[in-house]
Amino acid sequence: MFYSILFYLFATVLVGAALGVIFARNPVHAIMFLVLTFFQSAMLWLMVEAEFLAIVLVLVYVGAVMVLFLFVIMMLDVEIESVKRGLTHYAPFAIVISLIMAVELVQLIWVRGSADAMDNAFTPNPADYDNTKALGAVLYTEHAYAFEIAAVILLLAIVAAITLTMRKRPGLKVQDISAQVSVRAKDRIRLVKMKSESES
Amino acid sequence: MYNYYLVIVLSPLIAAIIAGLFGRQIGRTASHSITILAVGISTVCSMLVLYRMLLGTALPENISIYTWFAMDGLRIEIGFLVDRLTAFMMVVVTFVSLMVHVYTIGYMRDDPGYQRFFSHISLFTFAMLMLVMANNFLQLFFGWEAVGLVSYLLIGFWLKRPTAVFASLKAFLVNRVGDFGFILGIAAVAYFAQSLDYAEVFASADQIAGQGISVWPGTSWNAMTLICVLLFIGAMGKSAQAPLHVWLPDSMEGPTPISALIHAATMVTAGIFLVARMSPLYELSLPALGTVVIIGAFTAFFMGLLGIVQNDIKRVIAYSTLSQLGYMTVALGASAYSAAMFHLMTHAFFKALLFLAAGSVIIALHHEQDMRKMGGLKKYMPITYWTALVGSLALIGFPGTAGFFSKDLLIEAVRDSHWAETDPWVYWIAYLSVLLGVFVTALYTFRMFFMVFHGEERMDKEARSHVHESPWVVTVPLIMLAIPSAIIGWWTIEPVLFGNYFGDAIVVNQSRDVLAHLGEAWHGRLGLLLHAWQSPVLWLAVGGVVLAWYLYLKRTDLPGKISKRFSSLYKLLDRKYYFDDLWINGFAAGGRRLSTFLWEKSDQGLIDGFMVNGTTNAIGRIAGVMRQLQTGYLYTYAFAMIIGLTAILGWLTWLR
Amino acid sequence: MIGLQEYLTLSAILFVISIVGIIVNRRNLILLLMCLELMLLAVNFNFIAFSRYLGDPTGQVFVFFVLTVAAAEAAIGLAILIVLFRNRRSISVQELNTMKG
Repeated sequence: MFYSILFYLFATVLVGAALGVIFARNPVHAIMFLVLTFFQSAMLWLMVEAEFLAIVLVLVYVGAVMVLFLFVIMMLDVEIESVKRGLTHYAPFAIVISLIMAVELVQLIWVRGSADAMDNAFTPNPADYDNTKALGAVLYTEHAYAFEIAAVILLLAIVAAITLTMRKRPGLKVQDISAQVSVRAKDRIRLVKMKSESES
Repeated sequence: MYNYYLVIVLSPLIAAIIAGLFGRQIGRTASHSITILAVGISTVCSMLVLYRMLLGTALPENISIYTWFAMDGLRIEIGFLVDRLTAFMMVVVTFVSLMVHVYTIGYMRDDPGYQRFFSHISLFTFAMLMLVMANNFLQLFFGWEAVGLVSYLLIGFWLKRPTAVFASLKAFLVNRVGDFGFILGIAAVAYFAQSLDYAEVFASADQIAGQGISVWPGTSWNAMTLICVLLFIGAMGKSAQAPLHVWLPDSMEGPTPISALIHAATMVTAGIFLVARMSPLYELSLPALGTVVIIGAFTAFFMGLLGIVQNDIKRVIAYSTLSQLGYMTVALGASAYSAAMFHLMTHAFFKALLFLAAGSVIIALHHEQDMRKMGGLKKYMPITYWTALVGSLALIGFPGTAGFFSKDLLIEAVRDSHWAETDPWVYWIAYLSVLLGVFVTALYTFRMFFMVFHGEERMDKEARSHVHESPWVVTVPLIMLAIPSAIIGWWTIEPVLFGNYFGDAIVVNQSRDVLAHLGEAWHGRLGLLLHAWQSPVLWLAVGGVVLAWYLYLKRTDLPGKISKRFSSLYKLLDRKYYFDDLWINGFAAGGRRLSTFLWEKSDQGLIDGFMVNGTTNAIGRIAGVMRQLQTGYLYTYAFAMIIGLTAILGWLTWLR
Repeated sequence: MIGLQEYLTLSAILFVISIVGIIVNRRNLILLLMCLELMLLAVNFNFIAFSRYLGDPTGQVFVFFVLTVAAAEAAIGLAILIVLFRNRRSISVQELNTMKG
């Protein structure tokens, strides 16, 4: 019972925060709502015993990605008014689409799910269950290659972000170390043989 | 023997290459020396092969030298099938070729294309030998096309003469028609026999004859008949049988040695050789033999008639060649293959002789070919006169000459042939054609002979002052050819026709073996000679000669009157039965019109206009419409994705 | 009792909200990116719920990868945004139509 109350509480806050994200007038507020959404999600994930991912979500998403968003928004300093003008124009369309999709999803989850006579409840985990250990056991064995690829993707993202944002300013004085190392004596000095210019 | 064959074939080829590519460097004398030497070697080797074949020290051989290519079970080899038939042809080809080579020294003396000419005739000798010695259909086809190519090159030898170029093109195109049939025939052979090797095809001949093929729905043809008729269409093109004969008279635009070698003695007999070689196939198809007989009979008689109205000395001989080829074809159709081959040989000698004699006259008159401007040449050119007389007598079949034996036996073979029982219509057409043909032959031959060598001298004064006997390089080949023209029939008739000379090379069905039938009643060649006066053949020939004498020496005004009296008939003959008009204005012009139509309407209109440009235009138009969908705004694409997602979800939810 | 269906429903609600957000905030690239994060969160919810339901940790491994890719995407997307802003002094999607044919 307590579990249900907690679930509905967190869920309500989650949905409210999500709505806040999309309807906030100020992008900084929207970011804040997003952080709240992630927090609530982490709580809910904890409730289904996905502790490791819940912590990662908070640390990585809230700690890194959201802060990145915040930085960018502050750096760009977008004027707020121009951002929200399209709201009314597309509202009916958004309502229709979202209604259709909601109906579809409800149909899928509640009607067809029940019709297939699925057991709704989660099976309880044993007392000594360790989520982090279980995750690591499959991550570093079965999915080792995928893990490597994820690492490469991250590296790629770093390289890409740096290349995209790095600016070459003309006239900037930098060292070209490879040129310095590979220089030869004859590039720097030229010996010229010539007759002495004496009278004899 | 293997090495002999290679030498025989390759020495003319090497000489042709040397004379053709390095002719300018090595000069005229070296060019003709090397080609004559090479062909001389070929001739000697061929005679040796024939000699050993006759002695029995050399047996018929079928050797493969080299695998040309193999595909899908079909193995094509370069090889030689040398049996008595081949050896016989090899000697005829190389001997006449050698004579023509020597003669050319005199005939082409002043021509700038001297080396080229020698190169070409040597190349021709090579190609003809490849044709004759082939042991499979594809090599035969190679030789067949190669002689056609050289013939084309040589008819158009005088490149700057428009008529020569036209004639060479005509020869080439008409031969294409025949070759189309020929290659279809080869394809049919490959289809039914799964092989192109003679020996294998002949071995499976009975099995092929049992099959039928439906060329178009609802008809069933015997496979063997189809093959034989298609192959014969090829033979018709090469051997100038009506209606594919039109190129041969025009080919006289080429230099005279060529007319003698290619268009009288050797190449045009390739078709005859082909049918004789394929006798194991033809014997299995009566309809094909019937076709052969009818075509041959038509050519023999009607082409002879055309010779009477021609005034160009070479064209008269050309029509005579057509007519004689028709005789051979009739003999083939009457299953008297040996008789056809025998006539082929004697004809090669005396017709080459006649052509070379005509050439001699032409040189003496400075390339004048119109018989109306000749006459009385007997006293200026005695050697040419006497050799031409021998050739003419041989052509009309005067008793004792080579032509007498071959033609008399040929006519007897037709008279006694199986067609009398099998199909009287075919029989009477064939028999009457060859019989009346004798009269026609004598008439046009001696018309030409009298107009050229007897009677009043109709050439102009300037030409007359220069007329003299030709140099020895011209007269020696004449004499060398006159000797076999006179006596080779007497020598060889018994072994060739009745001595089973050809052995297994020619296969004749027992029931149709007319020569075996004749052989039973054979009283020796002397008997044949003594009984010549009893047969209508001699009297018809004599009648022809007398008529020619009366019309062209005694009453020279009569021919003009006759042609006026029967002007429509004369016109028909003069226009060569309108065959040229049919081919040129009918098929050629029709083909051009059809091509133009296809070019303008089909290619430019439909393919280029509608399909190629139409496709691009349609793509352009559709793209113009589609382009409106691409706004370039990010959210348009996002919406599209969302709508798609919704649709897929809907399908998953409600429709599955 | 809270079970699979409740979690899936929550995920669906989040998903629909994020779609509405994409439609409504179609002018601002930063908000679009945030909505994408929200959408990925909804997907992660599904993964975790099913992983728990089936007792198979592989689903959580997937969440792990989704987080990785999402972080990378956010980093690159923001980098692009900065370059864009630097060049055009605006991040309005309305003006990003040079691809229009």
